[in-house]
Amino acid sequence: MTTAVKPVSFLHDKLTGAWGKNAVIGVPLTFLLIFFLLPFLVVFKISVSEMDNVVFKDLFVWADGVLQLRLKLGNYLFIALDDLYFQTYLSSLRFAAVTTLVCLVIAYPFAYFMARSPADKRPALLMLVMLPFWTSFLLRVYAWKMLLADSGVFNNVAMAMGLLSEPVKMMNTPFSLVLGMVYTYVPFMILPLYANLVKMDLSLLEAALDLGATPWQAFWRITVPLSKSGIIAGSMLVFIPCVGEFVIPELLGGPQTLMIGRVLWDEFFSNNDWPMAATVAVVMVLLIIVPLALFNKYQAESTAGGRA
Amino acid sequence: MKLSTGQMTSRVWMTLVFVFLYLPIVTLIVLSFNASPMVTSWGGWSLRWYAALAKDAEIIAGFKLSLQIAFLTACASVILGTLAAIALNRFKRFPGRTLFAGMVNSPLVMPEVIIGLSLLLMLVSVQRAFGFPDRGLLTIWFGHTLLGMAYATVVVQSRLQEMSPQFEEAAQDLGCRPWQVFFLVTLPLISQAIGSAWLLTFTLSLDDVVLSAFLSGPGSTTMPITIFSRARLGLSPSVNTVATLTVAVVSVGVVLASVWLSRAERRRAQEMSAAFRGAGG
Repeated sequence: MTTAVKPVSFLHDKLTGAWGKNAVIGVPLTFLLIFFLLPFLVVFKISVSEMDNVVFKDLFVWADGVLQLRLKLGNYLFIALDDLYFQTYLSSLRFAAVTTLVCLVIAYPFAYFMARSPADKRPALLMLVMLPFWTSFLLRVYAWKMLLADSGVFNNVAMAMGLLSEPVKMMNTPFSLVLGMVYTYVPFMILPLYANLVKMDLSLLEAALDLGATPWQAFWRITVPLSKSGIIAGSMLVFIPCVGEFVIPELLGGPQTLMIGRVLWDEFFSNNDWPMAATVAVVMVLLIIVPLALFNKYQAESTAGGRA
Repeated sequence: MKLSTGQMTSRVWMTLVFVFLYLPIVTLIVLSFNASPMVTSWGGWSLRWYAALAKDAEIIAGFKLSLQIAFLTACASVILGTLAAIALNRFKRFPGRTLFAGMVNSPLVMPEVIIGLSLLLMLVSVQRAFGFPDRGLLTIWFGHTLLGMAYATVVVQSRLQEMSPQFEEAAQDLGCRPWQVFFLVTLPLISQAIGSAWLLTFTLSLDDVVLSAFLSGPGSTTMPITIFSRARLGLSPSVNTVATLTVAVVSVGVVLASVWLSRAERRRAQEMSAAFRGAGG
């Protein structure tokens, strides 16, 4: 497909340097600069600002011919030295990593089987994976509350069948949190893996089998390495949002499931401490910046037109 | 016909995953017809919670607001997303392209608490300086559009990528001006993707809690905010009825829309192949 590699069409030629090109790029770019980039700068500024009642003091002060830059690093010091914050960041990363791993274990075989199923059945399967995504995420997370509660559906059914004599505590535990996050994010792992596996050149596997590889060897040495970009994309799509997840820990988590998204929310809504909430957010961005760069690199490659 | 071990594993695994994906949805629907006020203990079939929902002023007001925001969000996201997709797909080199691509894609994964907080702090600073905008429909719309635009860009971009450039080239050779080619050729060719992007961003907006909670003001409580605050307190029958109605509307809507879109797509494909045959013969 040479056309896909070089989609330089008339639009490029005609609009180069013209107002059309400037408008096509300029309108979304301006929107993003104002509503995405500028807010981050504001957050950073507020995280190092001193509060004077409800007003943030200016960072730069000009007085008597001296320009002063006043940065309040107290919040950062507090986060660095406070054990609870450290534990919470660590625990968020751990829960996100566990969720990503479980999603991968569930989604890889699923995407593989889906990609190898008859071509006429694939659109229907894809539709079935996407359909829950179209129905409310909030309501689906809430549904797990009904299933897992002490007097919930699972416990009630198991007790009615005589399998349990007393309810098992599942809600508000690390188990319910990870279950809820896996449930919510597993389609984000399935879709890029499927997109990758369905494009795979099957003659490579045939060649490997002809050369004496067992199916298992062929899978680990050909299929898995070739699907690396799908694995990375899916993992980042799960891991990054999970680190800062708020709704799922709030509805399904408990006192032992420390998550930084909840801390940020509480600093903002309960304590009204905006500089502290801003600091928590800046540190969270620093934690996810490497995965984020990885994700952006993958996105840029997969949409660059040069599909391998 | 006997299935091989591989086929058996494949069937069992896929079935289990689908049960996992659909079990909560089925539970929501079944329990919405539960007569008992104890949500999870069965007390017979009943429509009482639907009758209660019809009188639930808080939910109804929230729903109206959410619909307005979702409509505005879908329209704005699709316009901005289409422009961004064209910019990224057609212009391989321009200053700030990497930053641009990064800013378009990042909201897809960026934790919503970060986007919500930063957008709010920015809007509050602007509001303090200029007395505008107050928190409410407008500010929620900005936030949802940022998120929706990212999704719309991905959807439209993948369509542009697989599109053959020859139709645009032909139109250009036949003397169309760039804006004519865009409106007469490119736009109709990507209309299915734009339609899906519109539906997707509409449902995303209708469902969003975190951005809305940060960006809403007094008197602008969307439906998900109300549902979330009830779900936080415990199980509530009203939530189940809302869920069932949402699932019903969404499944009917998605099925109808996909049938309609694929039919339109097929018709266009037929017209095109007819045109090629005509040109060739």
